[in-house]
Parts: sequence; structure tokens; C-alpha cells
Amino acid sequence: MAQFRLPKNSRIGKGKHFPAPEGAKRVKTFRIYRFDPDSGENPRVDSYDVDMDQCGPMVLDAVVKIKNELDPTLTFRRSCREGICGSCAFNIDGINTLACTMAIDDIKGDVKIYPLPHMPVIKDLVPDLTHFYAQYASIKPWIQTQSPAPPDKERLQSPEDRKRMDGLYECILCACCSTSCPSYWWNGDRYLGPAILLQAYRWLVDSRDEATGERLDDLEDPFKLYRCHTIMNCTRTCPKGLNPAKAIAEIKKMMLARRSL
Amino acid sequence: MATDNRPLSPHLQVYRPQLTSVLSISHRLTGIVLSVGSAVVVIWLLALAGGAESYDRMIAVLSHPVGLLGMAIWSFCLFYHLLNGIRHLFWDAGWLLDLRGAYASGWAVVILSVVLTVAIWGGLL
Repeated sequence: MAQFRLPKNSRIGKGKHFPAPEGAKRVKTFRIYRFDPDSGENPRVDSYDVDMDQCGPMVLDAVVKIKNELDPTLTFRRSCREGICGSCAFNIDGINTLACTMAIDDIKGDVKIYPLPHMPVIKDLVPDLTHFYAQYASIKPWIQTQSPAPPDKERLQSPEDRKRMDGLYECILCACCSTSCPSYWWNGDRYLGPAILLQAYRWLVDSRDEATGERLDDLEDPFKLYRCHTIMNCTRTCPKGLNPAKAIAEIKKMMLARRSL
Repeated sequence: MATDNRPLSPHLQVYRPQLTSVLSISHRLTGIVLSVGSAVVVIWLLALAGGAESYDRMIAVLSHPVGLLGMAIWSFCLFYHLLNGIRHLFWDAGWLLDLRGAYASGWAVVILSVVLTVAIWGGLL
């Protein structure tokens, strides 16, 4: 049963305020979710006033600046700063996206930053993705074959077959879509969620893979696949512009097609 | 390291309502209203079977402003659930699954439901 309220230990308390340096003309306030596992206290939201004349254009620039200059205890994941690693996925201004590709100017009012929704929080903006990765491993995201590999070359694929993976291979597993999905919030223990199902479809349509039947057998489950109710928050939020909802619908169609053979 | 006492990050509390999710939960809510409405239909049939006196009493209840409001809400829910159900059939066939299709069809369902509700209560249908 879905629990709509946050558990007692997760309710958010009042946080601290860090004012901007004197003389700052263009000030933007960042309200950031904080949780310190060592303090034994509930999470809180701290607010930081940042001088925008001294800050880069992206939300990640501001978050890095806050850590460097205002509060070194702020903890978050980041790496590539160009939307290819998927590390800095947060809930920003009410929607999941990558801090490095989200422009501060596109946000009206204060910038509110929370960790990805409905996940166990390790510290501040760092959620525990163990279960998400275990679900990824469960779909066997590698090529499976019965036929022997060609002795003198790779397994080749026609340009047309390769094209079927466009819009799928670009997924960076940032988990924005899965953690935007209400169905994943309530049933994430057994429902695979949009990111993992898009990855599953990527292997289902790979012409070189020879385990399509087994892959479909594994997904034929009321929870793993069919908890998708076409809400489409996933497609709405994907920072790479991909379409997990479409991929899931295609898996459902494959299920139907093989049953009616 | 202890991992069992980790807080759950906020979800409904912070996620900005999206047209996609709002229309989805509305489909369920209108479905619930419809099942309540079908109970009213059964009561109406029972009243009809009970003869002229019980039927008159039922009509009096339904034509009370509260009864009329209830039926107006019920008819909107009927149209919304019906049209959004058709939208789901399109999705099941693999159509309208991009953002543009989802938004256009979503707004179409909302606007058509309002138009049909107004039309049926304005005596146009």
C-alpha cells in the first residue's frame, strides 16, 4: 500500500541561512535539502544566498560554488558537468533533472534542490541507488548469444538495425525518470521502473542479441513490467529527451505479439 | 554502517504537479466517482420498481440542488473517464506516446469533457 506521507524520521525541519557577501547586487537564494547521518537529527532545508555576478550559469555551478565558498559540508555527486555522466541528478524546482544542464536563469524565484524523490538518503543530495543498480543488473544488460562469434570479425549489424537503438543507447542511467514515476514510488521494490525497462528494451531490439525470448519471459510479471500505467512523468522529465514510456509500451506490444502467434 | 535509519527523500511533497500525472490520477478518481454513481443508478432503479410514490421521492432527492450538483459532477466524470479511457487505448496501440501527443490528447480530453458536460446540461445533447 502506498504511503503518501513521509515517515517520522524523514520530515523536514528548519535549516540555517547563509547570507550573500556584502555588496552583492544580483542575489539568488538556493534552498537545499540537508541530511547529516552522524547528527541523528531529521533532514532540514538550508538556504544560501549566492551572488549571481560571481557564479556560472548552471545550477551545478551554484552548488559547487556553495560547497567551495559558503558551506564545505554540503554533499552531492557530480562528475562530467556536461550531461553525460548522470551523477548530478536532483529534484530541481520541482522536477527531476541534471544540475549541470539546468540553467539558473530558467528558474523563477528561489531555486529549491532536493535529492531524487522517494529514495533512501545517504547524506544531503546523495540517494542510495543500490536497489536501482540491482534492478539494472537483473535485466542482464549485456549481449547474450548462442551462435559462435565470427572468428575474424565483430558481430555486425546493418545500419537499419543499428538505428532501432537510437533513443535508447543514449540513456545515462541518471535515474531521473524512475524517481519521477509515482508507480515506482509506491511499488519500486518490485516494479523495475522506466529507466531499467528502457534499458531492457534496448537489449530486446538489439539485432545481435539472441536471448529475446528469455528476456521477455523474465519481464512477463504483474509487477516488473505491468505496474507501468502510462503516467508519462518519465518522458516529461528525461534530461536527455528520451522516451521511456514509449519503450515500455513497445515491450508490452512485444508481449502481445508473441502470445498471439 | 547502519543503513536502516536513512530518511526517505520527499516525493509528493516536492514534485511539481505535471499534466501527465495529474490526468493519470484523475482517471482513477473519476473511476471511483463513477462506481459511487452506479450505486445511485441502482437505487434509482429500486425506487422505480417500488412504484410511483418511491419514484417521486427519488426524483425529489435528485432534483434538489445538491442532487443536481452530484449528477453534474458524475456526468463530467463519466465523460472524462470515457475519453481518457480511449486515450489509453491509443497508447496501448503505441500511438500518442511522445510528449506532444500526450499533452495534446490530454488537453483535448479535458476540454471535450467540459464541453460535453455543459452540452448535456444545457440540453444540447
